[in-house]
Amino acid sequence: MKIAVLVKQVPDTATRIALAADGASIQTSGIKWVLNPYDEFAIEEALKLRDAHTGEVVLVSFGPDRVEETIRQGLAMGADRAIWVKEEPSGSAEMDYLGRAQVLVAALAQEAEWDLVLVGKQAVDDDAAQTGPLVAALLNWPQAMVVLGLEVDARARRLKVIRELEGATERVELPMPAVLGAQRGLNVPRYPTLPNIMKAKRKEVRQVALADLGLDAASLADDRRVVVEGYQLPPPRPEPKVLTGDPAEAAAELVQLLHREAQIL
Amino acid sequence: MPKPGDYYDVEALYLPEERQVRDVVRRFVADRVLPNAGRWWQEGTFPMELVPEMARLGCFGPTLPEQYGGAELSPVAYGLMMQELEYGDSGLRSFASVQSSLAMYAIYRWGSEEQRRQWLPRMAAGEVIGCFGLTEPDAGSDPGGMQTRAVRTAEGGWRITGAKRWITNGSVAQVAVVWAKTSGEPADAIRGFVVPTDAPGFSTAMIKTKASMRMSVTSELFLDQVEVPEAARLPGARGLSGPLSCLTQARYGIAWGTIGAARACLDEALAYTGTRMAFGRPIAATQLVQERLVGMVSRLGAMQLTAHRLGQLHQVGALSHQQVSLAKRDHARAALDIAREARELLGGNGITTDYGPMRHAANLETVDTYEGTYEVHTLAVGRDITGHNAF
Ligand SMILES: Cc1cc2nc3c(=O)[nH]c(=O)nc-3n(C[C@H](O)[C@H](O)[C@H](O)COP(=O)(O)OP(=O)(O)OC[C@H]3O[C@@H](n4cnc5c(N)ncnc54)[C@H](O)[C@@H]3O)c2cc1C
Repeated sequence: MKIAVLVKQVPDTATRIALAADGASIQTSGIKWVLNPYDEFAIEEALKLRDAHTGEVVLVSFGPDRVEETIRQGLAMGADRAIWVKEEPSGSAEMDYLGRAQVLVAALAQEAEWDLVLVGKQAVDDDAAQTGPLVAALLNWPQAMVVLGLEVDARARRLKVIRELEGATERVELPMPAVLGAQRGLNVPRYPTLPNIMKAKRKEVRQVALADLGLDAASLADDRRVVVEGYQLPPPRPEPKVLTGDPAEAAAELVQLLHREAQIL
Repeated sequence: MPKPGDYYDVEALYLPEERQVRDVVRRFVADRVLPNAGRWWQEGTFPMELVPEMARLGCFGPTLPEQYGGAELSPVAYGLMMQELEYGDSGLRSFASVQSSLAMYAIYRWGSEEQRRQWLPRMAAGEVIGCFGLTEPDAGSDPGGMQTRAVRTAEGGWRITGAKRWITNGSVAQVAVVWAKTSGEPADAIRGFVVPTDAPGFSTAMIKTKASMRMSVTSELFLDQVEVPEAARLPGARGLSGPLSCLTQARYGIAWGTIGAARACLDEALAYTGTRMAFGRPIAATQLVQERLVGMVSRLGAMQLTAHRLGQLHQVGALSHQQVSLAKRDHARAALDIAREARELLGGNGITTDYGPMRHAANLETVDTYEGTYEVHTLAVGRDITGHNAF
């Protein structure tokens, strides 16, 4: 099986996010960048399928210089090689989800005979959950997102997929090739081992420029339909009020506060 | 904003794969070690179930060539691995140090090709645990004073008799690298032997009264006329330089490992003093406490920079054993001081194993002593800079 896994670099979830001056982007300095956690489930599933059916696992990523480290992390888990569409610093408008999906699909189109494209069900930076469905639509392939279980009948080229719904699961069947979005619980991603981290350094990461794909960043940005207007951080939690002094007085004051300020009495 | 645990942003000097090695081991320690470290230490047991997991991760002999089961890690990556293991517990790092830098390195550096193939891949896989027997009841700082003897047998092999003491992993090892004097040769004819621990005449006893390094197995080895063939002798090792070269590798790992213990103590001290209230404010808001926290950050930063420089020198083959001595000496002592400070800052809670500092401080008493005491390394560097031997 020839499996592509689309991977994205995202800020570590423990990062404290600060907004940039324009209010419509975040400050990227001081961020610890990691592989999107849902992509780890996608890679693990791809590795298991490859090991069961032979074939290869190819990572595909679109991003600036810093993403190479994240790509190598996926290679250290055991992926065979990677295609890296290099994003140059734009300085101007950003493309939207559709634009980025077009880039990924153009990268996939450079090679033939993909059996599966796996993605994380969403990336934990913008939580948009758009890439999987958009890529499937552009490829005109069937898709299943929020995947909790997967069975592959390679001979019949059919997939049996268990999807997570709110409070239930759904079983669907679809033909290959298809796009699948991995959910937490699909598997337990392996730790990259120290030997594999070192071997990953020698694996092929093919760099592709947007121009090589017949695309250019400016027109993709111009064509965008979804525009981020601004970000707002959640309001800071108000300082807790601590009542001290005589218990009887404090209790009376508490009742007053619950009545006047909290308005729950 | 500078991070307290890496104030000079030394991590920016590491290569991407070195950071990855660090992060993977860090995650392993957080998942598998930290939740139980206090209990294992109290019980005085080494968690043997971690051995296959550490092997799978690649923690044993990671700098060796792939053909022997190694990962060909750079010296910095190796140091970072040790650092993260010791963030968990010095005993865990000791296990990896002895397996990798003492037992496996001795066989790799001084062994025949046959010995390497016989032992190293299985040791990398964690199927064979090794120990390293140099110290004796009456010879520690002065290993040249060892009493253990190896005598030629009529069949051309060796018969070894003697006792080794303070041997990490001694009672759980399948193989021991034993250093002994051969008789009938000059007195300093120290040779190394690879001895299977199930050989007749070989026995061990665990030292159970330790108040330090309780998660690590420390033993006495008794060799009562243990017979081994000539093929068990490490052909490359002649004289004290044999064992000392291994110690240089292990001490390099200690110079890094101690950073982990120190950082663990700093992390706990910062968290604790930030929330512990006294006199109506967090104790971290007092000048005396800040002065101590800053002192910890300052010494930790210096250790990190020094260790990275050692790694660079090691990488290009320019690291002297005296440089390693100085860093081992200073880092063990600095980590011990930091752990004691953290212990105090945690007040009464600080004396329990519910928190790390007391355990780390107790462990670091050993780290300050083993692999050459503070004084021994002082004398090694003193001799180097003055030309006078003051041992
Ligand atoms: C937990 C643990 C694990 C160990 N694991 C191993 C192992 O796996 N393999 C192994 O071979 N050994 C091991 N050791 C032994 C360790 O390396 C020795 O304990 C250490 O080298 C000190 O030797 P000693 O205990 O005999 O002390 P001594 O040599 O008797 O030293 C006692 C004191 O005298 C000081 N001293 C000695 N000579 C001088 C001098 N010339 N000038 C000034 N001061 C001096 C020392 O600094 C020290 O303070 C381990 C020890 C411990 C505690």
